Amino acid sequence: MPATWIFLIVLALAAIGYVLGRSRALASAGGDSRHLHSLPSYYGANAALLALVPSLLVLVIWLFAQPLVIQNRVEHLVPETSYETEGELSLLMSDVRRIADGLDLAVERGALTEDEASDIRVEFTDIRERLGAVGVALGSDVQAPMLAAAKAWREMNASGNLIRTVVVLLVALAGFGLGLTRARKDFRARNSVEKVIKGLLIVAASLAILTTLGIVLSLLFNTIEFFRLYPALDFFFGTTWAPSFGGGSELGILPLLWGTLYISIIALAVAVPIGLFAAVYLSEYASPAVRSFAKPLIEVLAGIPTIVYGLFALLTVGPLLFQAFGPGTLGWMGGGRAVMTAGLVMGIMLIPFVSSLSDDIINAVPQAMRDGSLGLGATKSETVKQVVLPAALPGIVGAILLAASRAIGETMIVVLGAGAAARLSMNPFEAMTTVTAKIVSQLTGDADFASPEALVAFALGMTLFVITLGLNVFALWIVRKYREQYE
Amino acid sequence: MYDSPSLETKVTDKAIKIAAQNVQVFYGDTHAIKDVNVQIQDKTVTAFIGPSGCGKSTFLRCLNRMNDTIDICRVEGDILLDGEDIYDKRVDPVQLRAKVGMVFQKPNPFPKSIYDNIAYGPRIHGLAKSKADLDEIVEKSLRRGAIWDEVKDRLHAPGTGLSGGQQQRLCIARAVATEPEVLLMDEPCSALDPIATGQVEELIDELRDSYSVVIVTHSMQQAARVSQKTAFFHLGNLVEYGETSQIFTNPVDSRTESYITGRIG
Repeated sequence: MPATWIFLIVLALAAIGYVLGRSRALASAGGDSRHLHSLPSYYGANAALLALVPSLLVLVIWLFAQPLVIQNRVEHLVPETSYETEGELSLLMSDVRRIADGLDLAVERGALTEDEASDIRVEFTDIRERLGAVGVALGSDVQAPMLAAAKAWREMNASGNLIRTVVVLLVALAGFGLGLTRARKDFRARNSVEKVIKGLLIVAASLAILTTLGIVLSLLFNTIEFFRLYPALDFFFGTTWAPSFGGGSELGILPLLWGTLYISIIALAVAVPIGLFAAVYLSEYASPAVRSFAKPLIEVLAGIPTIVYGLFALLTVGPLLFQAFGPGTLGWMGGGRAVMTAGLVMGIMLIPFVSSLSDDIINAVPQAMRDGSLGLGATKSETVKQVVLPAALPGIVGAILLAASRAIGETMIVVLGAGAAARLSMNPFEAMTTVTAKIVSQLTGDADFASPEALVAFALGMTLFVITLGLNVFALWIVRKYREQYE
Repeated sequence: MYDSPSLETKVTDKAIKIAAQNVQVFYGDTHAIKDVNVQIQDKTVTAFIGPSGCGKSTFLRCLNRMNDTIDICRVEGDILLDGEDIYDKRVDPVQLRAKVGMVFQKPNPFPKSIYDNIAYGPRIHGLAKSKADLDEIVEKSLRRGAIWDEVKDRLHAPGTGLSGGQQQRLCIARAVATEPEVLLMDEPCSALDPIATGQVEELIDELRDSYSVVIVTHSMQQAARVSQKTAFFHLGNLVEYGETSQIFTNPVDSRTESYITGRIG
């Protein structure tokens, strides 16, 4: 039975459990809900949750585990002479899966009967052609051991699916039964529902943390693999970035880091003053009417996808700058794509980050501070400059650092606005590129994943991750350290 | 509307610092202060008492135009400081607030050093010619605030690190540093313990030599201890104004008597 059906059946069971649990509990109290420990709906929810949660957990784990288990058991059927590396084995195994899936599909479509599919032999049938007829394309003719492996796969998969159906439904029924027997008036259904909800919340939180861990680990292993193929010193201190897929690439990170840094600095130079002044205006000077209308308007900027900003850089800002600083006038600029183009547009993108966070922080400065200053005869701007901003400074620094880590991680604006040339140069009107843009270009296309040219992407990603993580931790530390100063 | 018998008979030796005539204050549609007339003397401590929400703090904040910072607040009538209308268009509220200093209910030192807290006003108004001059102003103000001995060794420590009572005296010293003519105090002791309250009250009594002090307080004992004149507010009206001793021993209005004896408020 397919997983979707199992899921629907379990859901239906839970719904029935809710209704029955509720009515059983009510009946045990003689129809008067005041004699129950908890509200009737808690007894229903308890039965429903007991039917639903454990069985769905089993189902999810099974869905992930079954292919792994089968793969392990089928692998030895592929003759060791037919592959040399792990990579080739995994290619062969994916062929085996395709054949197995193809046979399943053929049976489903009626091109083969179930018996034919399980008795099929390489000698008598052109399997490639038969499967091609139902829309499963195979790269080469099917060898006998592969077919045997595919058949074993099919069998194990079929029996696995059967056992899965039985186990999941049994677990669901057991939970259903337990929930119903517990639906008596003295049972503390409320507390037990509370426990289940707490558990669900913990699961959600740990999933988020585990995902982060998974991302870091997957980066880490590939990075280690890269440093096995390419010396770390050359990577971190090399001043040339010249990958060539034929081999003999130079993969120095410095030009990329420089490009990232340069563009981010320009972006922050645009975003910090504008964002901060906007925040000061909105929180200190604007009337409530202006504020209620201007604040969301600024925050709209944050909702624009970065690719749109990229287009803006490519089509509007780049040509404008080229006209102003290009060969026709000053001759500083060779083309529309430059560090300045990307930096300016990225700065615009970051304005709402800085302004919105700073606005919240400035608003959090107690009114007593302002009153104290105004009461001494200070003007509004003196108050802002000498009392409000110093008091809000740690938070504002935090906001700026968060914006900086956004700038460092930005890709699309760079790809479209700054060009693709990795270069160490001081001229902001020259095309440069960043770490993120290079990660994209190293991984797109037909790269061999075992080559240093592709693996370098992970080392770049890891470096970037460490830098932005460091910035975020630093930002949080600053915010925390100075937060309670005026409380 | 209201005329106090004591006003004409007892007020003789001291000049009138602030005169309020027919003052009305509105918060949006709410009529918070109704037709208040009062004359505040120089070099005197005047206490405003009354139940919560009676308008005494609102009226106090009118005296240095702090209500200007509240958008929905509207003030009508005349308030004269040394005979000049402070709500006149030509008057700069910023300058006015330098002349009429204010101390707030909760101690609100700036998150700066003790020295910078005191130097804040003088720096803004350019009162000091040199660093030595500023040092002198800071020391003088801290002495006036009766806190010099406690902080002289740590002038560059943050003002927020002081105890509540010290913070409030620091705020008073800060207000004094701009050399105001009138000092407004909005329940300056409500966040303080009895010992700190005693110190601040002692300080207020000393300040009377140089300033006209107006203090809003919830504590009638405090009003009786520190003030020479008392005004009783009720529901936005100034009910009675006169010598403190007379208000507390022999009030004219029955509402004043009820409040003082604890029957209303």
